[in-house]
Amino acid sequence: MIEAKTKLWRSSLATPSVKRYVARVRYKLTHGAVVAAVIGLLILIALAIHQNLTSRGIDFSFAYLSAPSRFGISEGLAPVWTGWAPIFESVDATSSNLGMLEAGLFNTLKVALLAITFSTLVGVVLGVLRLSTNWLVRNLAFAIGEFIRNTPILIQLMFWYFAVLLQLPSSGSATKVSKWLVVEQSGVFLPLPHLSDSAGPASGFFVAVAIAFLAAACLRRFPARWRIALLGVGLCAIGASYALGFGINLDWPVLGRFGATGGLHFTPEMSAILITIIVNSAGYISEIVRGGIEGLAKGQWEAAAALGLSRGDTIRDIVLPQVFRIIIPSLTNRYISLTKDTAIGIAIGFPELFNVSGTVANQSGRDFETVIVVMTIYLLLSWLISALANFVNRRIALERA
Amino acid sequence: MRLRSTIGYFCTALAFGLAAAPTARASVLDDVKQRGVLNCATGDAIPGFSYLNPKTSKMEGLDVDLCRATAAAVLGDPDKVHFVIVTGKSRFNTVTTGQADVGFFSTTVYPVRESAIAVDFLPINFYDAGGFMVKASTGVETVKDLAGGTICTTQGTATEVALANLFKSQNITDIKVLTFDSADKVFAALGSGRCNAMATDKTALASWRGSSPKPDDYIILREGTGKSPFAGFVVANDSKWRNLLRWTVFGLFQAEEWGITTANLDEMKKSPDPVIRKFLGVEGGMGEDFHVSNSFMADMIKAVGNYGEMYDRSLGPKTPYYIDRTGTPNASWVNGGLLYSPPWE
Repeated sequence: MIEAKTKLWRSSLATPSVKRYVARVRYKLTHGAVVAAVIGLLILIALAIHQNLTSRGIDFSFAYLSAPSRFGISEGLAPVWTGWAPIFESVDATSSNLGMLEAGLFNTLKVALLAITFSTLVGVVLGVLRLSTNWLVRNLAFAIGEFIRNTPILIQLMFWYFAVLLQLPSSGSATKVSKWLVVEQSGVFLPLPHLSDSAGPASGFFVAVAIAFLAAACLRRFPARWRIALLGVGLCAIGASYALGFGINLDWPVLGRFGATGGLHFTPEMSAILITIIVNSAGYISEIVRGGIEGLAKGQWEAAAALGLSRGDTIRDIVLPQVFRIIIPSLTNRYISLTKDTAIGIAIGFPELFNVSGTVANQSGRDFETVIVVMTIYLLLSWLISALANFVNRRIALERA
Repeated sequence: MRLRSTIGYFCTALAFGLAAAPTARASVLDDVKQRGVLNCATGDAIPGFSYLNPKTSKMEGLDVDLCRATAAAVLGDPDKVHFVIVTGKSRFNTVTTGQADVGFFSTTVYPVRESAIAVDFLPINFYDAGGFMVKASTGVETVKDLAGGTICTTQGTATEVALANLFKSQNITDIKVLTFDSADKVFAALGSGRCNAMATDKTALASWRGSSPKPDDYIILREGTGKSPFAGFVVANDSKWRNLLRWTVFGLFQAEEWGITTANLDEMKKSPDPVIRKFLGVEGGMGEDFHVSNSFMADMIKAVGNYGEMYDRSLGPKTPYYIDRTGTPNASWVNGGLLYSPPWE
């Protein structure tokens, strides 16, 4: 009797658990088989490509990356590692192929970072203007955004480069030069500030102190008397650092036979691609911002109006802080696309990563390897941007109930 | 059931993977004959060599004629050619991946291209030299005068490497090299003043100068970047295809040496010389052993003429890009040049 009961109890409980166990094993086996199949397929494809390349007399190796590149590019710095800190130096024909790719990546990053910053600023302004109460401003912002988003970016690049920048006064005609700013065909030249030779570590310390105190003096949370004291200490620190030999010299652009050299130089290629991407992305970002603002509950505007805030204050203090929290995922997508958009630099000879990689591939005959390297770099770059954005998003996103 | 279907997928995937593995590759010649059309890689922006003439909207130039000559020799019809337009950067890939069967694109012969890029060159069909073109108003006379300036050229070209070597050997450090993806952009940048000099092969410079509204605004410097011999190229390790094309080019030189032209072809067929008769496929012929028609040389000469006729059509005195052959390496060897065909028998 008891035995029978136990048996019953066992069978009622054990059978489903065995079934579950079998199901789990079968699931894992299936899963494993699929993964193995995919891996096997990838290996087969790799083998097929390898065989195909071998039959065409092409071998597969990354050794070429350390070989000298034998060509030059118009701009670009590559890191040279001396100890811990990298020093950025111009590349030339003796630099390795890897050095060339690094210089290309440097140019890509330079454009991408500047474009992310400025397209966000311009885009937010345009987005807010699209909701302006002024008919003309609102529709002008709308027209600009529509025009930018509905023409190919490559054509916009051609426009900025050939129709605008290359129409500047030609190099070597010295009449258009002011001391501070030289704008000519070979680019925009500005004085480049750099530390004077007499600046030592002690003076540098006082500069840091001065910056810290002056920054603190700007904070509103301190009482006015404190802030005056902070300002005083900051000015004293500036005086001390100056006495210790700290100074900033300006490296002025100098006129030569073919136009200016020296100073801070933006080449027309760099300027064209930067303007193109900033303007283009600003068009998209304005749309994202407009959508974000319109998605905000109407009550926010009404509550702000009830509190007596002006429209400008409402946008600055109530609307935009909330909009930013909503639009970060869309902005991230935009930042990733604009980083990849830098690859159009090839059309005007701007030596960004994709452009340089083409020359490396062509001069070394290593197309396949170079494509793999470049695709990996772009992939990592996109992942890095989205990781950073996710981090920011987690920090500031509105908590969902 | 699910497991079984998974195994099914796996087997299918395996089958695809194996199918993707290459089988023994046939010669390009067989592909071309089967297709009935020759895919020829060339350009459309190098006047005199490979140029899509905007006035006639027809492809013209020495390289274009070489494509047509090849089509005539292999398929018997110069119009059975499809031009695959390439850039300096894409030309070799187009041929090594089989998108084009042969490339004629002002391509300089040098070792890396045969060793690392894996193409085989055909006989040299034009002897050029690298050079610089500047605006006359700048007063530049030598490369050293360009210090502080920018030289522009096209990407993935021999010129790019030659420039780097020239600067290194002359210890010039302050010249920047800006590269564009096509020659028309380089010329536009020179015209606008962005570039202080345009560097490429001297004949190409001459033709750009000739095609500009005011040729006198430009000067080609005497100094250059060195030898630049042009040849066609085919995929490496395909002797059947390469040998046929090698002798096709030699045939153009040989026809000029014998004086066989489009006009006198029918008379020459009656020549008592047995080698000429064999060359033209009148008695026996050489084509059969190359796996093409015995009349392949006659077909080719009928379509495009001999090398001299091709040269005159593209670069001769009646063209805006006139380059004199006399006394240069581009003359036939009987006139003291370097264009020489080995004997045909």
